[in-house]
Amino acid sequence: MELEAAKMIGAGLASIALAGAGVGIGIIFGNYLSGAMRNPSAAQKQFPNLLLGFALAEATGLFGLVVALIILFAF
Amino acid sequence: MTINPMHQFEVYRIGPEINLGAVNLSFTNSSLFMVASSITILFLLFLGTKKKLLIPSKIQLITEMSYIFIAKMINDTAGSSAKPFFPFIFTLFMFVLFCNMIGMLPYSFTVTSHIIVTFALAALIFIGVTIIGFIKHGIKYLELFLPKGIPIVLLPLIVVIEIISYLSRPVSLSVRLFANMMAGHTMLKVFGGFVISLGLLGGWLPLSFSVALIGLEILVAFLQAYVFAILTCIYLNDALNLHH
Repeated sequence: MELEAAKMIGAGLASIALAGAGVGIGIIFGNYLSGAMRNPSAAQKQFPNLLLGFALAEATGLFGLVVALIILFAF
Repeated sequence: MTINPMHQFEVYRIGPEINLGAVNLSFTNSSLFMVASSITILFLLFLGTKKKLLIPSKIQLITEMSYIFIAKMINDTAGSSAKPFFPFIFTLFMFVLFCNMIGMLPYSFTVTSHIIVTFALAALIFIGVTIIGFIKHGIKYLELFLPKGIPIVLLPLIVVIEIISYLSRPVSLSVRLFANMMAGHTMLKVFGGFVISLGLLGGWLPLSFSVALIGLEILVAFLQAYVFAILTCIYLNDALNLHH
């Protein structure tokens, strides 16, 4: 029972990774927008980089999910 | 009524059981969908290049677009010295993309939602890139762990960090694709379960939400294939053009 409870707490703690992913995605889109407002002609060219950054930042949050799943199901 | 959102990832055997020594080589639903995506790619490319019109038909346009997209990506990230690796990157991108996209169809199986599939791809890339680097630069390839313009005092620390980051490449590359696919499909299933449990009265809200989520998931399916291919290009760039 105690191990079960500790697993639940650990899995919950692993979801804190989402905070970092949220900050990262916010910074990426915010900086892209402010850059695009200053120089709209360069915005279109940097759009693939925006998506790349978004995918890379989003994945860090999902690493937290993987940690949670490992805690819940692998031990 | 309870729905297990993990049930969709179950691998089961189709047809007879084939054992080669201690290794189970049976044909599973995972293999079936790998074959399906490969056949879809072959079919698309075959139809797209059969009649080479000056004004392309729709299917020829798709084929040309995917070719140009990958060729441009390789040129932008790894330079012209990576041109010989175009077939590999193109195959990799199309395979991951079609596995992801076929996984978006209802009742189908997502091949890339299993870590073993993505890790096999990532390990192949990692080992291949390391071999290419050593063939091209010999023992000087180890300079990759030695960034230029670092004070001597910091060197031991930096080298250790660089080696760890190099060795964690296959893990991060595979876990990124796997976690995105698995999390997305689990989330879709959970929201689908909300629709059922809230019933006819309250189920409309999660239903509309899950329609939006499917749009996001299609975007993510494309994006992750793109990221997988572009990171392969970046690793190739490290191996081919040492310190530029």
